[in-house]
Amino acid sequence: MSALNIKKGASSHSAYDLRSTFGDTIEKHTLAVIVENEPGVLARVIGLFAGRGYNIESLTVAEIDHTGHRSRITIVTAGTPQVIVQIKAQLGRIVPVHEVHDLTVEGPSVERELALLKVAGRGDARVEALRLADIFRASVVDSTLESFVFEITGTPEKIDAFADLMRPLGLQEVARTGVAALARGGQTHV
Amino acid sequence: MTKTMTGAKMVVQALIDQGVEVVFGYPGGAVLPIYDEIFQQNSIQHVLVRHEQGAVHAAEGYARSTGKPGVALVTSGPGATNAVTGLTDALMDSIPIIVLTGQVPTFMIGTDAFQEADTVGITRACTKHNWLVKDTDKLANTIHEAFHVALSGRPGPVLIDIPKDVQFATGTYSEKAKRKSHYAPQVKGDIDMITELAEAMAKAKRPVFYTGGGVINSGTAASQLLRELVEATGFPITSTLMGLGCYPASGPAWLGMLGMHGTYEANMTMHGCDLMINIGARFDDRITGRIDAFSPKSVKAHIDIDASSINKVIRVDIPILGDVAHVLEALLKVWKAQGRKTDKEAVAKWWKQINEWRATDCLGFTQDGPIIRPQYALSRLEALTKDHDRYITTEVGQHQMWAAQYLGFEDPNRWMTSGGLGTMGYGTPASIGVQMAHRDALVINVAGEASWLMNMQEMGTAMQYRLPVKQFILNNERLGMVRQWQQLLHGERYSQSWSEALPDFVKLAEAFGAKGIRCDNPDDLDEAIKEMIAYDGPVIFDCLVEKHENCFPMIPSGKAHNEMLLKNAQVQGSITATGAVLV
Ligand SMILES: Cc1ncc(C[n+]2csc(CCOP(=O)(O)OP(=O)(O)O)c2C)c(N)n1
Ligand SMILES: [Mg+2]
Repeated sequence: MSALNIKKGASSHSAYDLRSTFGDTIEKHTLAVIVENEPGVLARVIGLFAGRGYNIESLTVAEIDHTGHRSRITIVTAGTPQVIVQIKAQLGRIVPVHEVHDLTVEGPSVERELALLKVAGRGDARVEALRLADIFRASVVDSTLESFVFEITGTPEKIDAFADLMRPLGLQEVARTGVAALARGGQTHV
Repeated sequence: MTKTMTGAKMVVQALIDQGVEVVFGYPGGAVLPIYDEIFQQNSIQHVLVRHEQGAVHAAEGYARSTGKPGVALVTSGPGATNAVTGLTDALMDSIPIIVLTGQVPTFMIGTDAFQEADTVGITRACTKHNWLVKDTDKLANTIHEAFHVALSGRPGPVLIDIPKDVQFATGTYSEKAKRKSHYAPQVKGDIDMITELAEAMAKAKRPVFYTGGGVINSGTAASQLLRELVEATGFPITSTLMGLGCYPASGPAWLGMLGMHGTYEANMTMHGCDLMINIGARFDDRITGRIDAFSPKSVKAHIDIDASSINKVIRVDIPILGDVAHVLEALLKVWKAQGRKTDKEAVAKWWKQINEWRATDCLGFTQDGPIIRPQYALSRLEALTKDHDRYITTEVGQHQMWAAQYLGFEDPNRWMTSGGLGTMGYGTPASIGVQMAHRDALVINVAGEASWLMNMQEMGTAMQYRLPVKQFILNNERLGMVRQWQQLLHGERYSQSWSEALPDFVKLAEAFGAKGIRCDNPDDLDEAIKEMIAYDGPVIFDCLVEKHENCFPMIPSGKAHNEMLLKNAQVQGSITATGAVLV
């Protein structure tokens, strides 16, 4: 190790190698954060991740309770176990945050993402795209003689797989919503 | 009863309802309606500072010396941006302050209007929470909520940005605490964990209490309970820079401050303990030194009100989330109810070891020669002021560490220093805030000449409000702490660490209308300090000290507690390249 080698986990406040004594395996976690829907709340959450050097792999947000002014932010993040615990504690500190749930550890959950993919082509490629879309249960939401827009819902992995297959067939553009997730079973979070 | 009034009047009314007596501020276009209301009332005293940074530090000093929130009022744009350093300082040290900023009218927000700044955007990262109020009907409630947020859980600074049209408009005033806030951090600790800690304490052979600013923030009851606990157990106790005064410096179990410039005995005790009980401290890097060599053999308990402080840097075995006073009360109850006893024999043996470390007398010095040593200056200041009703603020640098080492604090809320942010320029305005709260007390700002120049304009404030603050400047004509690091780390290349072209501090004092005293002779020092104390008004005391004194003990960057340097002779080659990147 070179003398000036600072581990990736070092915090922005100090050059100390803060996390060296902690486990090194990177885990992916899906967090559901229930917040007061007030101006700036999303900026606070994003600012926390940027300011402290945490990962955001995916983030979705929308108001889910119009009368109670609650929004649900679903964040997919990655880090060592201690970093994940820190992220949750730091989120919990934000004043308009009501609840933080780690869907990855709180039991089984379902995760879904929606994507729109524009595929342009003619002839065999076009037929093949349509055939694969059928297999993936993607639906056609727009069509011209030279293009399709497919709508697909599923896990992020399924959408990745579909996009990979579309690439050689003329994939032009992708729009993805990011992950929405809920715990399985009867219990509620909001 | 509902009352209708203008937003500007609401601001003043809400502050009165919150029990605010003093506001530190500076006017400008975007807060004129509020200043107009301030003009027309007598309940709240407004202190006109000379720079908005001064207003925020003064509010901090007021808050830290009283346990009550401090309030500052500044205008939009430059007023708000000048407040940023103070807000960050208060955030790092968990000080409850409320900063009110004016803003351009709502219909001009986003147009780059004159003196417009995105204040809530700029201060989002340096406040505990902030609000932009766009509706006069919501203003009073927001102010009440702001006080609640600033004071609840881990305290901190909050900011309310109030557009000028909202100040002019009329709305309904809502009384304090009409709506229940959802923000309610947990204060009671988990009783199973507390019992586990009591068990560990009964078994401990080499225990130590490691206390911090959380004890002070928890209120005077917390310090009282801590003293009971130390008495009941006979365990040694140390504290961070932020926690000084939570246990009396004259107490038998006191080891002195720990950390980078802490005492030998405190750091060795931390290194060798088998049970570390962290009460309201946060394993800051000034304390831990090298993480992987930090107190390697101890079981660690951590009492903290902020869940994110627990397991952030150091993994602990007994985490207790809660307010210090609540947890200590429960811990004492459990300790007594279960008839717990310490391992007297083992603890006595531990004390024997600690006393051997103490015998190194790591803060010992001799005042020889004609030049005042800074340690001597502070020892004399301590001797001549300790029996007074005394409050100390500091600037940042070597003098700050010497003040922590050589002044003794018997009670909480008597020591105001910028810990987390290390803000040069903190001490003078903070001393003004303290003196506003304690008009008859002896308030001394222990300063370095460089730091002192950073907010010296506040001498004008001290004069205007007849605040007899004593500015005790340890003048080494150097950015001493920077010079020390350059000596240790950068081959004695003293890049820009000289205080050149210094003003004549005595003449400067006189220019402000204050008293100036200069002392450069150890034999004259006592008389000069007595003259300072006796003078009924602000004093600038220019104490000319040894220019090249280093602050010891010192744990060099990247080293462990047991690798402490005690004096200059040990310095050569003590810091490696790895250590040099650390701040
Ligand atoms: C606002 C600010 N700028 C820079 C620093 C870095 N710094 C820390 S101590 C110090 C020198 C302080 O000099 P002085 O006030 O004379 O105190 P001394 O160390 O000489 O006692 C400096 C520049 C700081 N802490 N704060
Ligand atoms: Mg100096």
